[in-house]
Amino acid sequence: MSIKLKKEFKPAKKEMRLAYNDTMVKLAKEDDRVVLLEADLMGSIKTSGFQKKFPERTINIGIMEQNMMGVAAGLNIRGMKPYIHSFAQFATRRAFDQLFLSLGYSDLNATIIGSDAGVSASHNGGTHMPFEDLGLVRLVPNMTVLEMSDPVMFEDVLTQLNDKNMLSYIRIVRKETLGVYEEGSTFEIGKGIVLKEGIDATIVASGMMVASALKASKTLEQEGINVSVIDMFTIKPIDKDLLEQYADKTGFILTCDNHNIIGGLGSAVLEALETHPVKVKRLGVKDRFGQVGPQDFLEEEYELTPQDIVKAVKENL
Amino acid sequence: MTEFAKRVRIEIIRMLVKRGFGHLGGSMSIVEALSVLYNGEMNIDSKNPSWEERDYFVLSKGHAGPALYSTLALKGYFNKQLLLTLNEPHTKLPSHADRNQTPGVDMTTGSLGQGISAAAGIAKALKIQGKDNRVYCMVGDGELNEGQVYEAIMFANHHQLDNFVLLVDENKLQLDGYTRDICDQGDITRKIAAFGWHTLCVNGHDEAAIKSAFNEARETKNVPTCIVLDTVKAKGVDFLEGDTSNHHVRMDDKQKRLLLDLANKWEGELA
Repeated sequence: MSIKLKKEFKPAKKEMRLAYNDTMVKLAKEDDRVVLLEADLMGSIKTSGFQKKFPERTINIGIMEQNMMGVAAGLNIRGMKPYIHSFAQFATRRAFDQLFLSLGYSDLNATIIGSDAGVSASHNGGTHMPFEDLGLVRLVPNMTVLEMSDPVMFEDVLTQLNDKNMLSYIRIVRKETLGVYEEGSTFEIGKGIVLKEGIDATIVASGMMVASALKASKTLEQEGINVSVIDMFTIKPIDKDLLEQYADKTGFILTCDNHNIIGGLGSAVLEALETHPVKVKRLGVKDRFGQVGPQDFLEEEYELTPQDIVKAVKENL
Repeated sequence: MTEFAKRVRIEIIRMLVKRGFGHLGGSMSIVEALSVLYNGEMNIDSKNPSWEERDYFVLSKGHAGPALYSTLALKGYFNKQLLLTLNEPHTKLPSHADRNQTPGVDMTTGSLGQGISAAAGIAKALKIQGKDNRVYCMVGDGELNEGQVYEAIMFANHHQLDNFVLLVDENKLQLDGYTRDICDQGDITRKIAAFGWHTLCVNGHDEAAIKSAFNEARETKNVPTCIVLDTVKAKGVDFLEGDTSNHHVRMDDKQKRLLLDLANKWEGELA
């Protein structure tokens, strides 16, 4: 692991979907077992570049996510490496039994990418707003669960996963994200990343909440409150040792979830610390359904903004 | 009944009677199809179940595990003694087929509708890899209630998976009664033909007819083939044939005796 933080919060150079296409092209060139599965969302995830280069290894299944999970299982039985994409709620809610049984229970491997994480589903609205996908996939034994903070991390993690035979779920924002990491940063799956050291509290975040947590930490710093910030991009298996270390160091942990507070990162942190004496508070969607609107409106509506994080830290000090 | 089919039925009875319950009806109805598959139709090596060049069989109606286990044991995939451990704690032979437990089982099934997608995925992988291995998949007629089956049927046709053969065990019964009373499938052969498949319907207890259907499937290019097997649930056990509750049978002592008598009678006929 070797990371370098960006100095400013600006949109990342690439949209997440472009990072997906480019990385998959690179991987497919090197490895003829790589195969891309899609359920009629290639236009949304923008993988036409991959399709042009590798038409025989692009399977646009059609609008049938359940069949897609099973087909992936069959491909893996023959040694292929399926990468599956759908919007997060379809990849999990819609095809959960297939994901669970044909892949998980059957001990078969695939990389599942769930896009439009949480409020980033924005104008697709409540029907398309996944606040429960992490909770579902965390329930599959042996499944690795990851949430990507920016495209630099996404490219590195996808590349690493190609050499690991495992069943994994990667939650992403599909389009624009803030850049968190400088190009060339590398990440260790299973290890949390300490982005900032402080002794008053620890903020643990994943995905788009990492940039919000860093912003909040700057505001807090101006008020004399110094917090640690951890990017916990591997939600399962979670980095228990690091959590215990920062629990001892700061005595208070705030988790940040662009997901229902039930089942997501916050729950995973609480479970990891169940026998460790520390105060944990969960910031996230409070057991509600999604709704339609611009992302900034939704972040305010569900209390996920940097200001909400600042408030939550102060209230619990 | 051919000798092999009779032997499979004897083993099914003995393993179910040992436990006192099990999926008898839907195991008995697919015996002839398994007999043809494992006696020449499929390219397999029982000493090397994970052989890359083998043909694949996916029992999408996973509850018929006892029929598959008996077949595999008789073909030498594992010791016949193992059959009597069906459904015991830590057994290698669970109620529903499990690829990680039993040598020779190609896919884990039991949540209906899922095996056919995996089988189609294997067939698609073989096409990408330029291999000639074939894939066989067995679904039940009740299983056709699951929408995923039709997803896989559309997929296999679109991808021209002529290395894929779907067998439908049309035994006309599902757990709660007659399929026509629960959700009528209509004419299954015509229905699947309407998806673009080559389809045919044969007597599912006539091994010569099944063999010739497989030959027809081999000659069929560019589209997958579906063979609808007209079968009798609990075939061979006359006092349970036509019994609408023969899906999962919990036996009393009298039934156990009758079943064992039947198995012994068949064994006598073989000797």
